[in-house]
Amino acid sequence: MDVLLDNLDLYGPFFWTTIKLFLISGVASLIFGTFLAGLRVSPVPVFRAIGATYVTLLRNTPLTLVFVFLVFAYPLLEILELSYFTAAAVALTIYTSAFICEVVRSGINTVPVGQAEAARALGLTFSQILGQIVLPQAIRSVVPPLMSTLIGMLKNTTIAAGFSVTEAGAIRQYLSERGDNQLIGLLWVALGFIILVAILSFAQRALERRWSVAR
Amino acid sequence: MKIRTLAAGLLVGALTLTACGKEGTPSGSGTGDTGSNAAALPTYTVAQNVDVAGSPTFARVKGAGKLTIGVKDDQPGLGLKDPTTGKFQGFDIEIAKMVAAGLGFDESKINFTTVDSAAREAAISNGNVDYYVGTYTITDKRKQQVSFAGPYFMAGQDLLVRKDDTSITGPETLKGKKVCSVTGSTPIQRVRDQQLTEPGNIVEFQKYSQCVDKLLTKEVDAVTTDDAILKGFAAQDPDNLKVVGKTFSQEPYGIGLNHDDAALRGKIDDLLQAAIDNGTWQKIYDATLGKSGSPAQPPAIQRY
Repeated sequence: MDVLLDNLDLYGPFFWTTIKLFLISGVASLIFGTFLAGLRVSPVPVFRAIGATYVTLLRNTPLTLVFVFLVFAYPLLEILELSYFTAAAVALTIYTSAFICEVVRSGINTVPVGQAEAARALGLTFSQILGQIVLPQAIRSVVPPLMSTLIGMLKNTTIAAGFSVTEAGAIRQYLSERGDNQLIGLLWVALGFIILVAILSFAQRALERRWSVAR
Repeated sequence: MKIRTLAAGLLVGALTLTACGKEGTPSGSGTGDTGSNAAALPTYTVAQNVDVAGSPTFARVKGAGKLTIGVKDDQPGLGLKDPTTGKFQGFDIEIAKMVAAGLGFDESKINFTTVDSAAREAAISNGNVDYYVGTYTITDKRKQQVSFAGPYFMAGQDLLVRKDDTSITGPETLKGKKVCSVTGSTPIQRVRDQQLTEPGNIVEFQKYSQCVDKLLTKEVDAVTTDDAILKGFAAQDPDNLKVVGKTFSQEPYGIGLNHDDAALRGKIDDLLQAAIDNGTWQKIYDATLGKSGSPAQPPAIQRY
């Protein structure tokens, strides 16, 4: 308990940074991942190819490499200066989006083809079919894997500690230098993550109950 | 041009990731082959029939016939692993060898193990290393978990800047400058606590070499940590880097060992004292960190 109370100045702000990083990259990857899924089921072959290439590339690259690229290589291009926090959010977003994309696409596959055909028969355009008919049903059926991906991303935020973002993953190194017991310190970090994951699991159950599709 | 810088950047990034960020051998930590005027490393006489009564650590290593010493592998001049030969070299390494010789172990019986800062206490108390020599500052808080022989060197926090930068002359000139150090390290915590620069200008990476990269590409303006570490980097690239030379803290480096092993601690204190008295300490310094050109005095051993 002492380790936690003596270092509240670490745990508070650092976990808050973790939460901010999670919320920003979580929302951004849900949006971008869904957009990518749209590309992958689009009737235009070029779009499908772009989507498939992106997913293959990012899903096969370790997240640390994505971070290294954004923090050490990207600044040399001198396009637009990113703060380290922004760079971390971008790295997490472009990486997680690839996984979200595949989850959403598997959701799209659960929607019977007849739905899209009926919508087309009514004269809806592709984006209308996707946005109003297919995606609402698709996302409802993939709430659990979607949450799993987000929980994975929550834990991935700790990688940012190595790239100048002081979040929960950096607490151990701070404790080490302060001379506090790291093992106990890490137990408190673990507890913090358990609480955050519990909130996400609760949200998952609530959404499942509200959105369950009767088939 | 952009593509080429990008490719270079990716290469640097990849090297950093694989912990091979330091190319070549620093001039400050060669093995005495840098010329006739370079001070040669001393040799250590291996003591015979050593016994440290009441030391569980010594009883264990004597039974195993092998000594495991925790060190750093990424600090030029102090503890650096030569990527080609796999050999460790530097001031800390020599101190470790000197102590080992005093305990009756010659170089062939030493097993150097890299332990990074955050894992030191665990490695020592779990017995993964018998003792630890790697820029380990003695603090009262740490004494609750491990114990310290020494100090064997007195370092102080300093600043590494680009050679052509005259705007940074000391800690009080850091306002508005980007300052880099290792995540959570004491120097960066001091910069934050004393508000030497704005919180948004504090940059933290896993390794000092990454900070030095960013210093050279002008993304940060100063790298801060103990002067001993910074001198090693400045010696590697004297055309582009310099140490400001105004220390603003006292960092006594100690040899970390098991918290309950007072007998071994006393023995290592004796060995350090002897090395200071008979000039071995000075020889070690002159052949390693001393090559940076700045002199140093041996510290006073603090027994407790």
